Amino acid sequence: MTQRGAADGESTQTPPAAPFVPLVEMQSLSVQFGNREILRGLTASLRGRSIGLLGPNGAGKSTLINTLLGFYKSSSGSARVFGYDVGTEIIKIRGLVGYMPENDAFISKMSAVSFVQMMGELSGLPPDMALERAHEALFYVGLAEARYRQLGTYSLGMKQLAKLAQAIVHGPKLLILDEPTNGLDPSARQRMIRMINDIRDGQEMRIVLCSHLLRDVEDTCDEVLILKQGRIAHYSNLDEERRSNKRFLELETYGANGDFTEAIEKLGCECAVTANRMKMILADGIETRDIFRVAAERQVRIRRMNFRRDTLEDIFLKAMES
Amino acid sequence: MAVYRRNYKPYSGKLTPAWSRSLVLFRYSRRNLFRSKFLTALFVVCFFYPLLCLLMIYLAHSASFLQEMGVPRGVLSIDNKFFFNFMSVQGVFAFLLTAFAGPGLISPDLANGALPLYFCRPFSRTEYILGKSSVLAILLSQITWVPGLILFGMQASLAGASWTWTHLWIAGSLVVSAAIWIAILSLLAMALSAWVKWRIVAGALLLAVMFFGAGFAQAINGVLRTEVGHFFNVAYLMTTVWNALFRVDSQHAIPVAQAWVALLVYCAICLGLLMRKVRAYEVIR
Repeated sequence: MTQRGAADGESTQTPPAAPFVPLVEMQSLSVQFGNREILRGLTASLRGRSIGLLGPNGAGKSTLINTLLGFYKSSSGSARVFGYDVGTEIIKIRGLVGYMPENDAFISKMSAVSFVQMMGELSGLPPDMALERAHEALFYVGLAEARYRQLGTYSLGMKQLAKLAQAIVHGPKLLILDEPTNGLDPSARQRMIRMINDIRDGQEMRIVLCSHLLRDVEDTCDEVLILKQGRIAHYSNLDEERRSNKRFLELETYGANGDFTEAIEKLGCECAVTANRMKMILADGIETRDIFRVAAERQVRIRRMNFRRDTLEDIFLKAMES
Repeated sequence: MAVYRRNYKPYSGKLTPAWSRSLVLFRYSRRNLFRSKFLTALFVVCFFYPLLCLLMIYLAHSASFLQEMGVPRGVLSIDNKFFFNFMSVQGVFAFLLTAFAGPGLISPDLANGALPLYFCRPFSRTEYILGKSSVLAILLSQITWVPGLILFGMQASLAGASWTWTHLWIAGSLVVSAAIWIAILSLLAMALSAWVKWRIVAGALLLAVMFFGAGFAQAINGVLRTEVGHFFNVAYLMTTVWNALFRVDSQHAIPVAQAWVALLVYCAICLGLLMRKVRAYEVIR
């Protein structure tokens, strides 16, 4: 890798300017193990600040991450991270990335501070700086009191935090998190999510988060890539997706009958009724006051009205059905 | 400012050169090894025989002392056989040290799934293997060819220039014989520990390869009435090579060149096995 020398003995690598170069760019990327095709011709350009990789088990999320890190070779197509080619410039990419793997990954006989320091040094930090930053990273993730304890004695939640500390010790530009909340209890999960959001908002780091937990992705990501059987089932900006579904209305009524539903449909709205609940998509030009007017005319009481955002679950289910 | 008062911030300082990264592994692994009191004690014991040899060289050149003790002058002769014996004894210590230290180098990383953490950094598999094997290489060098050369230097200084020039080849033999033994021991220990991922079992397997290998070789030779079985006996191959390197009279069933080739093939196989296992994630096809 001839590019490697450029970063050595000099200052840290800087990725190309963010607006012009996508974080991850894939062009017909396929990965095959033997006869099994795991990723099938993925083409996408991911530009978000934090990107969620979603999909059912076996969809190819972890394989995609491992391919972007150069652990697996692509069978065809190409992928770029910060504009660097995964096939030929992987050392440059690895210099910019912090990775928190899904499974247990630590050295049991080492203290957390030695472990994080060693990982910092392997990323190119000088020993004294690596030690200093190991302390900082462990304080940051909340392992300050336990940093001299051997990693083998840590609980599952603490091991996750130690993995996060080693991923950020060298100040990467991109943080790849593979199932970061796996095995965490609800409060530990909340802490982890808060920390990821803090890293995203305050540390100039971009995040790729891989999870099968929709809540995790919804809480931390602004873009989502949904994989299904090795193919891209859906890719969208979550905020835009939510905005475009703003006209989805849920009503809880008392005294409604077919007459009321008919009147609503005459306004051009699509309706679905279950018991005393009604879901509708407002037609263009129709506002909530029109619904109230129709209800008043037919003496129907509206007990509750919600603008229902399209949740990530809806997006995910739609993607899975497609 | 105290560390606990600081907040986490991105790093913008200088990076160390890429070539120095495998030294990081060397430093940490060596520090880890010497946490074991047993290994430290064994390492110290490994220097007893070199010290004894040093004494023997000194005594061999103390004519008055030999006369006083009534020892004939030819008994303590410092020649190629002396250095061959030195290498043979230190070779056994090197093997014991490898059996205890070698498997602990890689197996914990594999057992705890730490390899993705190494390889997601600007750090290659070759550098990883170099870093880990350099721990054993330097450790074993410290008890084999380095004291061997010191002994040779001591003998050269006491015996004079003429002895030194006529026996200079012994210095080369010391380095080459130690180098091939170190290479085969290190690669074998690391390959076995990479495959079984369990330190104790890997250590036991290394012992088994040496001792059962010898037994297996004898069995093959006995049953098939051949000498081909010796190729399964690493210690025998090594002795054949050492005999040739130190020009010690001995009759061996296998030609020296074939023994060399067999040892190099063993090294290549171990390296292949090691490269196959030392990966961030195993691909299950």
